Amino acid sequence: MADLANLALRDDEVVRMAQDLSGILTHIDKLNELNTSNVEPMAQVLFDAEETATLREDQERPTLTNAEAVRNAAVTSGGYYKVPRVIER
Amino acid sequence: MSSPLHGLSIDSIRAGLLAKKFSAEELTRQSLAFAEAENPKTNAYLTFSQERALAAAKAVDAKIASGDDPGALAGVPIAVKDVIVTRGLRTTCGSKLLANYVPPYDATAVIRLEQAGGVILGKTNCDEFAMGSSNENSAFGPVRNPVALDRVPGGSSGGSAAVVAQGTALVSLGSDTGGSIRQPASFCGISGVTPTYGRVSRYGLTAFASSLDHIGPFGKTTRDAARLLEVIAGHDKMDATSASAPVPNYVAALDGNVKGMKLGLPREYFEGLASETGDLVMAAVEELKKLGCEVRDIQLPHTPFAVAAYYIIATAEASANLARYDGVRYTTRSASAGTLTDMYRLTREEGFGDECKRRIMLGTYVLSAGYYDAYYLKAQKARRLITQDFEQAFEQVDAIVAPVSPFPAFKLGEMVNDPTAMYLSDIYTVTGDLAGIPCMSVPCGLTAEGLPVGLQILTRHFNESTMFRIADAYEKASN
Repeated sequence: MADLANLALRDDEVVRMAQDLSGILTHIDKLNELNTSNVEPMAQVLFDAEETATLREDQERPTLTNAEAVRNAAVTSGGYYKVPRVIER
Repeated sequence: MSSPLHGLSIDSIRAGLLAKKFSAEELTRQSLAFAEAENPKTNAYLTFSQERALAAAKAVDAKIASGDDPGALAGVPIAVKDVIVTRGLRTTCGSKLLANYVPPYDATAVIRLEQAGGVILGKTNCDEFAMGSSNENSAFGPVRNPVALDRVPGGSSGGSAAVVAQGTALVSLGSDTGGSIRQPASFCGISGVTPTYGRVSRYGLTAFASSLDHIGPFGKTTRDAARLLEVIAGHDKMDATSASAPVPNYVAALDGNVKGMKLGLPREYFEGLASETGDLVMAAVEELKKLGCEVRDIQLPHTPFAVAAYYIIATAEASANLARYDGVRYTTRSASAGTLTDMYRLTREEGFGDECKRRIMLGTYVLSAGYYDAYYLKAQKARRLITQDFEQAFEQVDAIVAPVSPFPAFKLGEMVNDPTAMYLSDIYTVTGDLAGIPCMSVPCGLTAEGLPVGLQILTRHFNESTMFRIADAYEKASN
C-alpha cells in the first residue's frame, strides 16, 4: 500500500501504520451493518441549478507569469521544472 | 498586559474609526505588538505579516480621511489559517513540506476581507494539511489552549481559535472538513461557523477533501462571526462549486426573537457524552426553551455510521489531493533521491508527518482495486442516508441543537497514541460536513475545571440566518 501511495516508509513505520490502520479499519467495518441496497451514492453536495450554471465563456484572461509559476519549485531550469532523468540513453 | 482588542467588536472598531477615536494604524500597531509578545505562550501564529497589515491599515485611514466608506471590516485585526493561501506571504499548511512555500496568489476569501478593510495580522498554526482534532500534528509544534495552557486548543484550526480566545486577533478564518472549526471553537470558548458547502469560495484553500472542505469564520461573538461570513460568502467564478444564491444580511437576522422556533434534540448525539458536557448542553437547551423555543426529540438514525463514512471519503479524497506534493512544484525535494520514483517516494516520506501518511495510506487502500465498492462506494451511500436523516428532521424542526465534542479540551499528549479514539471523537461534527449543511458552535458554559463547552446548532442548506438568530439570542440571554 505504501508503494501505491508513493511513500518510502521505514520498517518501524510499516509496523506502526499496519497497527493504526487495522484499528481504524475495524471500526470502518461497522458500515457492513448498513443496508444500502437501493441507495444512490452521494459524491457531492449538490444544489438545484441548471446543468450549465457553472459554465462560462472561454475568454482569454491573465494568468501567472512563467517566473511566478515555477518560483516555488525545488529545481528549475530555463523556466521549466527539472526532475531526475527518466529515460537512460 | 491586556489585549488592545478587549471589549471591541467589528462594529465598534468601525464606529471608533469613523468617530476618529483611534486610527486603524494605531490599532494595528498595538494589536501586532500584543500578538507578538503573547504568541510564545500558545504558538498560535506561525507567521506575522507586519508590512501587509500596516499597508491595509493605512489604506483604511486614508479612506476615512477622504470621506470614503472604509468597508464593513474597516481596521479589524484578522488572522488567517495557514492552509489558506496569501500572495507573497508564506503558507505552510502546518507541514515541513511547505515550510518555505510563498503562494503566487490570494484566496478569494482573503481578497474579499481585505477589500472590506480587514487587516491580516498573520497566519495561524494548524494540524498538517488540516488533518487532526488537537493541533498536535503541526510540523511547527502544537498550539496551546489559551484557556488552559496544558491543554490542546482542538483542531485542526487550533491556531485560529486560540488567537481569538487570546485576544491576539479579533476574528479569524479557519477551515472545516470534519469539525475543524466547531471543535476548536468549543474548546476555546468562542463562536465558530461552518457555512453551507459552497457558501464560501474554496479558491485558495489548500485541498484536503474537496467535497467536504469549507472556509468559515471564528469570532468572540456570533455577531462578529456573522459579519465576517457576510463579507467572504458568495459566488466566485474561480470555484465552480461555489453557490450563486444571494448572500443575506446575516446581522439583520440577529433580532433576538426565537419565539415559536422548533428545535430538534437528536438522542443519538447524547450517547457516550461526558456528563458535564451533556449537562451544560441541556442547560443551554433549557435556556432556549425559556426564550420561547419549542424543543422536541428527533432521530438521526444513521449517526453511528458517520465516522466510518467520513474517514473513508475524506481520506480517499485526501490521498488524491496530496499526490501533488511529490518534489516537483512545491519547494521541498528529498536530497537523497537519484531517480524520479525515488524523488516522489523519499520527498513524501521525509516531508509528511505521521497523520498525513496514515490518511494517505487509508485513502489509497479504500480506493484500491477490489476494495472500491466495499469501502468508497459504500461510504458514499452512507453519506446519502446521513443527509436524508437531516432532510427528514428539517421537515419537523427549524434547527437541531446538539453537543460539538463528547468532552472538553484534553491535555497535550493525552490522545496522541490512539488515532482511532481521536477519529471517533469527531462523531458529532462529521455529520454536518457530510450533509453540507450550515452548523456552528456557540459557547454554553464552563466545566467545574473551567473548560469551555460548545453548543452546536445545525440548520438547512443556506439557512445560516436561522442558525445565527438562535446562537445570538442564546448568547445574549446567557450573558
